[in-house]
Amino acid sequence: MFVHDTALIYGRYLRQSLRSRFALLFGLLMPLLYLLFFGPLLTGLPLGGGGSSWQLLVPGLLLQLGLFGAAFAGFTVIVEKGQGVVERMRVTPVSRLALLLGRVLRDATVLVVQAVLLVLAAVAMGLRAPPAGVLIGFAFVGLLTVSLGSLSCALAMRVPTPQEFGPLVNAVTMPSMLLSGLMLPMTLAPGWLDLLSHVMPLRYLVDAVRDAYVGSYTSDHMLYGVLVAVAFATLAVTVGTRVFRTAGA
Amino acid sequence: MPIISTASLARTFQTRLGPVAAVRGIDLTVREGEIVGLLGPNGAGKTTTLRMLTTLLKPTGGAATIAGRDLATDPAGVRRACGYVAQSGGVDPQISVREELVTQGRLYRLTKDRAAERARELADTLALTGLLDRRCGTLSGGQRRRLDIALALAHRPKVLFLDEPTTGLDPGSRADLWDLIRGLRDEHGTTVFLTTHYLDEADALADRLVIVDKGVVVAEGTPSALKLAHAGSIDATLQDTFLAITGRGPAPADAAPVAV
Repeated sequence: MFVHDTALIYGRYLRQSLRSRFALLFGLLMPLLYLLFFGPLLTGLPLGGGGSSWQLLVPGLLLQLGLFGAAFAGFTVIVEKGQGVVERMRVTPVSRLALLLGRVLRDATVLVVQAVLLVLAAVAMGLRAPPAGVLIGFAFVGLLTVSLGSLSCALAMRVPTPQEFGPLVNAVTMPSMLLSGLMLPMTLAPGWLDLLSHVMPLRYLVDAVRDAYVGSYTSDHMLYGVLVAVAFATLAVTVGTRVFRTAGA
Repeated sequence: MPIISTASLARTFQTRLGPVAAVRGIDLTVREGEIVGLLGPNGAGKTTTLRMLTTLLKPTGGAATIAGRDLATDPAGVRRACGYVAQSGGVDPQISVREELVTQGRLYRLTKDRAAERARELADTLALTGLLDRRCGTLSGGQRRRLDIALALAHRPKVLFLDEPTTGLDPGSRADLWDLIRGLRDEHGTTVFLTTHYLDEADALADRLVIVDKGVVVAEGTPSALKLAHAGSIDATLQDTFLAITGRGPAPADAAPVAV
């Protein structure tokens, strides 16, 4: 039953996304700008890691895409709260988990499509990476989107006024990007910064994808990355489902 | 057995300014096939009560049974048995009427074909047939209301909860909606539980009224019985009755001259 419900909700939101092609591509803008105008600056620098500067940057850009794209996933919940759609659906027997999962799976789909486009652009700029590694990268983007999207939807359901949503999300995303080593690897960081970054789940994800992009699929980084990604997703979806079940005021 | 029964149903909200007891102990029963009106001043707890009965809000005290299902232990069962029309409806303005109706049917676990058929049936019953392919945002107020009600009826619920169903509608639409509600009860035996500010609506539609003030029930009975008991005469207006029950004085006698 819950699979049927999730497919139903997913279909509804996918149709919604397909209606606005502009919105589909807009999220690509930021990582694309970094790719085109920041990427070339790194090609000559000694950044460490096993491959080219592109193999260090593109994983970070993919996760940046996921971070900023998914963190604002809850915005549609804000809009729908105002329209009364959320309430209307919660009165039906539809599974609360499906209400959440249908939405975040739509976001994951859109973000993976954007990720593919980004990687194609990166290849044009000079990225060379093993295909299996690239696919692993997409899988991590999908998992990250499910996690952050769920938390974002949960926040959107609970935020007291709609105006607080944007600033709250912004307050979290920028520091997350900087502290996780998305733009440049944290191996370059002084001890205190490197230590601080170990608190960020994204740090483990980006290290794992960077390893995937140079072909080391069985390293420690990969192990930690998978564990953190799965644990984060499980926790986030649990929290999100509970919020859809109990939010009411 | 009553189709709705509550015992000391209560809800306290925790706000920044401290706890707010919106509903402080509501006892009511509704028999199958009745049209019951919940009346009360603003802030009396009507919408909160409705939202508790439709499982949107968890009560902080008391219990309720709807269509034989306990609210606390079987909320899914309650959802299957009831339909709810919120004060301001709930449709995506960018989606077509047909898609919203079909999706609603499928949310209630109808098969795709059955849901499409049901959408056509509902459009027919609620005079929405010509509007099926229009986007929800392009409907007029009365049409939107009919769509909201159609959505709530997708699964032929035993109980229909309506929150201020005719607020903001023109007199023609209001009268049509009243006929529709009566029709639901007469033809399908649907129990209707509605909140309203309009005393003419309460008088015209409701078999029984429950008057709430400050989170508790302060009076209940048929409109005639209430008028007799609280305003002194069966011909009194519901307005005077209401004002008498909720503690404010009756409206002053009209001092304007009859003719100049």
